[in-house]
Amino acid sequence: MTDQSLFSLRNPWFSAGVGITGAIVVLSAVAGLIWLPLMQPDLKLVGIWDAICSAAGVPRAAGPGASIKPDFKTSNVEMTSEMLTQADQVSIGRGATLAQRCAICHGPQGVSDANSPNLAGQFAAVTYKELNDFKAGARVNVVMSPFAAAMTDQDMKDVAAYYAYLPRVPSKSLDTALPAPAIVATGAPMRNIPPCGSCHGDIDNKAGSPWLGGQSEVYIKAQLQAFASGGRRNDISQQMRNIARQMTSDEIDQAARYYAAQP
Amino acid sequence: MLTNKRLILAHFWLAFIVFAVALVLGAWQMFVRSPLNAWHINPELYYRSVTAHGSAMGYVFPTLIAMGFGYAITEASLEKPLVGRSWAWAGFLLVAAGAVVAMVPVSLGLASVLYTFYPPMIGNPFYYIGVVMVVVGSWIWVALMSINFVAWKRENPGKPVPLAMFANVAGSLLWGWTAVGAALEILFQILPVALGLRSSIDAGLARVFFSWTLHAIVYFWLMPTYIAYYTIFPRAIGGRLYSDAMARISFILFVVVAMPIGVHHLFADPQVGAGFKFMHSVFTGLVALPTLLTVFTICASAEIASRLRGGRGAFGWIKALPWSNPIMLATALSLVMLGFGGAGGLINMSYQLDTTVHNTQWITGHFHLIFGGAIVIMYFAIAYDLWPHLTGRALESFGLMRTQLWLWFIGMIVTTFPWHYVGVLGMPRRMAFYDYANPAISPEAFSVAMSAVGGLILLISGALFLLVLVRGQLGARGEADAYRFAVPLHMPVRIPAALNSFGLWLALMVGLTVVNYGFPIAQLIALNETSVPAVYVGVGR
Repeated sequence: MTDQSLFSLRNPWFSAGVGITGAIVVLSAVAGLIWLPLMQPDLKLVGIWDAICSAAGVPRAAGPGASIKPDFKTSNVEMTSEMLTQADQVSIGRGATLAQRCAICHGPQGVSDANSPNLAGQFAAVTYKELNDFKAGARVNVVMSPFAAAMTDQDMKDVAAYYAYLPRVPSKSLDTALPAPAIVATGAPMRNIPPCGSCHGDIDNKAGSPWLGGQSEVYIKAQLQAFASGGRRNDISQQMRNIARQMTSDEIDQAARYYAAQP
Repeated sequence: MLTNKRLILAHFWLAFIVFAVALVLGAWQMFVRSPLNAWHINPELYYRSVTAHGSAMGYVFPTLIAMGFGYAITEASLEKPLVGRSWAWAGFLLVAAGAVVAMVPVSLGLASVLYTFYPPMIGNPFYYIGVVMVVVGSWIWVALMSINFVAWKRENPGKPVPLAMFANVAGSLLWGWTAVGAALEILFQILPVALGLRSSIDAGLARVFFSWTLHAIVYFWLMPTYIAYYTIFPRAIGGRLYSDAMARISFILFVVVAMPIGVHHLFADPQVGAGFKFMHSVFTGLVALPTLLTVFTICASAEIASRLRGGRGAFGWIKALPWSNPIMLATALSLVMLGFGGAGGLINMSYQLDTTVHNTQWITGHFHLIFGGAIVIMYFAIAYDLWPHLTGRALESFGLMRTQLWLWFIGMIVTTFPWHYVGVLGMPRRMAFYDYANPAISPEAFSVAMSAVGGLILLISGALFLLVLVRGQLGARGEADAYRFAVPLHMPVRIPAALNSFGLWLALMVGLTVVNYGFPIAQLIALNETSVPAVYVGVGR
């Protein structure tokens, strides 16, 4: 037998090989794409073509009313890892001027004892997102909301770039010898809580997660409580609400104290 | 007739050095995540180690074994020097360089994405470039195997290609095609994002491409093992291969049906339709066929050897087998592990049963039992069998070899059986930390501690293995006979063209890939707005 006759119906290896393979394909396709989907009443299929499309994974447009609109404003910022990582000097300079109105609470160097966030060295994308959310109403604060309402998009970018440019200053409660509590180092897998550091630095930094080292203990605690109670809900996809709801009040205290003591 | 001994030895030595490093990492991982260790490290270190362990064990180690063994088979079975010797060295250097390029960012913590990549996680581009270099290096081997195969056939028209070479080419062709999936994923999905050209990635499509590689790669790892079953084992125990044709059909079945089955890794993924998951499930079931044929043929070959040695009775012949022979021992232990691992695999491949074990420690147990157990123990056997012919020095530590093989078997069972069990209890995999004080997890603590002990046994076995090889390398010089493969009971004189060539089977392989992957891939490419923002790991810490 030569190779020429290999691809010929007279070659039993060819006809059997192709025939059996083809038969298995047809049988499994009929079973998987037609028969099995039609057996499932929950799918509410209207005929064979509908069954095939459903089993092949063709997406179906959701009908009106399929999605429930939240009765509160949600964040409209789309976060990416590279967002606002390259600031130019002009932007930083403009930001420095604009930031003078922030200094009364956030300190002239971006650090203060007012239990408001220390912004010096904060990732620009983080500051930008919060300003945006204050302006859009996704996050509400009696002091911040009016400030943000008057800012343009460029203003927010400039202020964020300026604060990112400032060096981080260790807080007064700096204590690097303080051991990381379990909730920070390992999270609580059974409650779906990842280690804080897997997003907020130390282990890894994820887009949009603020640097927490040296923040006010009172502020961190207040925010975790606000996430847990639903008072604050501008975390995209509810990451922080899901985590904070599962934390005990002791764990909230420990995490706040730990991060306040970090550089 | 082995002429390029240096080339083959280089492959084996590099493979086993990589294996030794990855084995130490594996044992360390078993320990730190067990209740024997109070958690005290940064979990990123654990993922870094898992990435290095997986990349080394999955991409570098078996690829080098398949390549080295493939060159040995080419020269020994075709009885002529390898065609393309300098290309072979180039391939080797590319794999070695790729391994280094990939491992540097991993050890720096810049690519802790695990060896299966898991987009939308994105690591340092050099990690992926290193993996691509390893794959391209192995593609040189794929090409050389076919070139040598075709050249021999041209010189020997009408003659059957020796079984070992036929099977070797089957393995190389399977790898050549199955590696395309991961290559497409890296080149078109991951690398543009890793290099900063794009900041979002179609994670669903990338995972479908990876599944194209992810299951058939196991059969590529398996090929040297099956070749050793068919062509080394019967000769080593003084018997004959029961059927040459059956062996060819098994390898052909692997080529045809190992490819269109990878979506069973995506049973829990929403981007592939249930109908295609079912079709992949059906073909996954079919892959059991060549394995069952193989178990039958190998047991029949063992029985022939035993009866030749005077074995009697329906089961009495098993006692008469040469159990003190390391190859005999390795093959038997390998088949036991293949049996358990295969049974577990049948659970993973069924759509409904998989839901109970998907992404649990059961899966980790399954692939360690099959790959680390059944497959790697035969890599040891291959090395033991080939070493005297490569080094020109006898391997004489038979007692040490038997101890090593037994320890590997025991270690693998002690490691993986508890893993299967805790998987059924629901223990998730790919996690650095488990709070064993939690009442919901504490029942798993004892089993996890047991599997860590298994890891230690495996580490000792690995050390003994290297000791045997090093002692062999330093032993007294002696003349080894020409390297031979097992002779079948009925020597094939003329065989059908279908059992002596791959054209038809490659056509079926590609055809089935198109049928089972064509629509899911085309649909995901056509759909808009399926990309998600990349999650860069190891940056901005």
